[in-house]
Parts: sequence; structure tokens; C-alpha cells
Amino acid sequence: MIAVIDYKAGNLTSVMKALHAVGADALATSDPSVVMQAEKLVLPGVGHFSATAFLEERGLKKAIEERVAAGIPFLGICVGLQWLFEGSTEAPDTAGFKAFPGRCERFGDGLKVPHVGWNSIQVKESRLLQGVASGDFVYFTHSYRAPVIHDTVAVTEYDLPFTAAVERDNVVGVQFHPEKSGSVGLRILANFVRLQGC
Amino acid sequence: MLTKRIIACLDVNAGRVVKGVQFVDIVDAGDPAELARRHAEAGTDEIVLLDIAATHEGRGTLIDTVERTARQIFVPFTVGGGIRTVDDAAAIFDAGADKVSINSAAIARPELIDEIGSRFGAQAVIVAIDARRARLTDDPITDAEVFVSGGRKPTGRTALDWAKEAESRGAGEILLTSMDADGTRAGFDCELTARVSEAVHIPVIASGGAGTADHFADVLTAGKADAALAASIFHFGIADVRSLKEEIAKRGVPVRLPC
Repeated sequence: MIAVIDYKAGNLTSVMKALHAVGADALATSDPSVVMQAEKLVLPGVGHFSATAFLEERGLKKAIEERVAAGIPFLGICVGLQWLFEGSTEAPDTAGFKAFPGRCERFGDGLKVPHVGWNSIQVKESRLLQGVASGDFVYFTHSYRAPVIHDTVAVTEYDLPFTAAVERDNVVGVQFHPEKSGSVGLRILANFVRLQGC
Repeated sequence: MLTKRIIACLDVNAGRVVKGVQFVDIVDAGDPAELARRHAEAGTDEIVLLDIAATHEGRGTLIDTVERTARQIFVPFTVGGGIRTVDDAAAIFDAGADKVSINSAAIARPELIDEIGSRFGAQAVIVAIDARRARLTDDPITDAEVFVSGGRKPTGRTALDWAKEAESRGAGEILLTSMDADGTRAGFDCELTARVSEAVHIPVIASGGAGTADHFADVLTAGKADAALAASIFHFGIADVRSLKEEIAKRGVPVRLPC
């Protein structure tokens, strides 16, 4: 079972629908004990970075830490990817999961923000992005960007390059919305559903 | 590179599409779910479903329509028409929409933008503005006025001011419909769209007046629009959204191709 973690930051319907469409057994939950039993975890997110404070308050962060340490696959989407970093200037007092180094920052002045729409990705070898090619388009909507780091497996440019996807062992994240990215997005979700732990 | 979006709008009344793109081989041309799926598969970047009657009695039907439509598509999906409260918006999101479009209700009570934005995120709120160029003035664009209630009621507010306020209250996008251009098939109001787009720092979707591929290319370049919406883009000799995008791409506009 895939636990889709509901931290009350917006709407989970689209993510659930897309996971079901690729044949996954997915359940939305805010309950740490359900997280402890899950075989895979998805942290979606379309809200404010500060909403991730809910994860700490409800004991979800601790449950996620334990399950990730045990090697089960974890996918963060949008704010869920940003949370995998050390933090974000959107909510400086809210710590991230710190799986990856660096902090998320707001897009620069002079740009339309949020960055909304279909943008292309440049991909590296990756389990999550198997079958996805450089130049493929995915749908983004976000105002903060994650830095490009060693574990970045897809880069997108909006003024400057930022991390579109990150992957290390069992921890993966995407800045775009695979549930809204047509056939490319569904392929990525299907890849995640097939991902084995480590 | 961030591409310009081509958005299809389905106008629905009592669960049936009343104005929209015609597919020759479609089983049920009036079914919003079927049409939305076809649009998404054909390469449309985003789908908007607009409840044009927006009656209280019709809400159950609308929710059912949204649910059925959302099950079929995996591209961004916006629903508008008759959303007056956060609870109305919540019901639409629960049914599977990604964004709501609010218009008259936001003019009547601008706090609605803040409320939906703070609960569901700015990316989930589109403020739709129906505007008409001002008459009897030296500057018809600066003075362009916002109308509500399906374009019947003047508000006394200028489109530029209202767009700025919507942005400051946390709207994620502006959907600007030119009432002068709407239905003419003579092209978008590029001048008005460009002025609104320059006045805000959020994406602007242009609407009203689409007739040819050049019209789309014009509003996405000179009109400074980030996206363009049309209800009936495949009439007028445009075979499908892919051909439309290929034509637009020839003008140097970045679009999602292949799609």
C-alpha cells in the first residue's frame, strides 16, 4: 500500500486519481501508524512551505524518517520535493527533511511568479525517470525553486536552472506535477509504483 | 523553456457542453468528460470547464460533471461558474479540479480570493476578468472597465486596478476576457491583454476573439499573454490543436510539441 500523506495543505484528489490510474493501491492518511505500515510514501503538496510543520506536530516526520531509514521508496511532489531539502526562504523557521543539501528560494524579480505551465526537463540516468527523455514536457506550478545538486536527475530552466527531479537511493522528488503532466507524468508515477526499496 | 499554453474551454449547462470544439467522430459531442478527454489526448495544455448557468439547483449536476471529467484527464483542470464561497470551491476541488476560476463573486467580496488562496494555495485560484474598452475617453485601455454577471453589469472598476488587486490578494493567474473581441473571431484584444500582463507579475490567460492560428500567435507575443483560451478553436479550418500549435510554433512561439 502507498500512503499519500495528507498534511492539510490543499487538494489530494488529483494525486490519488493518478496513482489509481497507474494501478497503485493508494490511501490518503494523516495517521503516523498508517505511515509505519506503508510500503511506499508519497508527500504531495501545493501549498505553503510552512504547512509542512504539520508533519512534525503530528508525529508524521518521525514516522517518515523511520520508514525512509528502513529503505522504503519515498516520493515528494512540489512542496514535497522542497521539503526534502534543508528548508525554504518561504518559511525560514520551518525545517525541511534534510535528505538533500541546500535551501529553496523564491524565483527572482522580473519574472512571472508562480512559474506556471509546461516546461521541458533535461534528464540524467534515473530509475524514476526511466523512459522519459530530455526535452519532454511536464507541468509546473510553484514560486520557489530547489537548487541543482549532485543528486539532481532532472533540471529545468526558468531564468536560472533549478532541480526538477532529485533521486538518491529510495528517496525521490519532483518539482512538477506528474499527476497533471499527461502520459509523461503517468509514466513517472508508474515507475515509482514499480520502484523497489533498498 | 517554459511554453505558452493553449487552453480549451468547455461551456456547460446542466451537465452538457453547449459551446465547444466539435470532433467529427465523437460518440457524444455534448458530454464534457468525453470532450475533455479528447482535448487532453489531442495535446491541449489545460482544460477549463465553465458552468454558464451556475444555478443553485444545478450544483449537484456540476459536481457530478466535474468528477466524471476529472477521472478522464491528467492535465490541469479548472472549473468556474457560480463559485461564491470557500465551501463552493472546496466541493469543486474535492470533485477533482486543480483550480477554480472566480469572477462576479470576487468583485462582490474580494476577500474570497484571499480565503481560497490561503486554504488551497495561490496556484489554485484564477481570477476571471471580463473587461470592455472604455468609450468616450482618451485612453480606452487604461479606463477599460470590468463587467460582471456574464458581462451584463458594469462595476465601475478598471481592469488594470482589479487585476493588481487580485494579484495582491493572492490570485495565481488572471483570465482576461475581452468583451469587445469575444465572439468576433477577429483576434484577441492584444493591446488590453498586454497592458494587464505588464501590470501584474502573475500569468495572464487571454480569452475572447480567437479565429485563426495567427490570432493565438499575436496574443502570445505582442499581447504578452502567457496562455490563450478558446471555446471553439478547431472551426475556421484549424484541424486540431496539434496543427494549431505547429502554426504557432512557426511564428517562434514556444509551445509543447510534440504533444
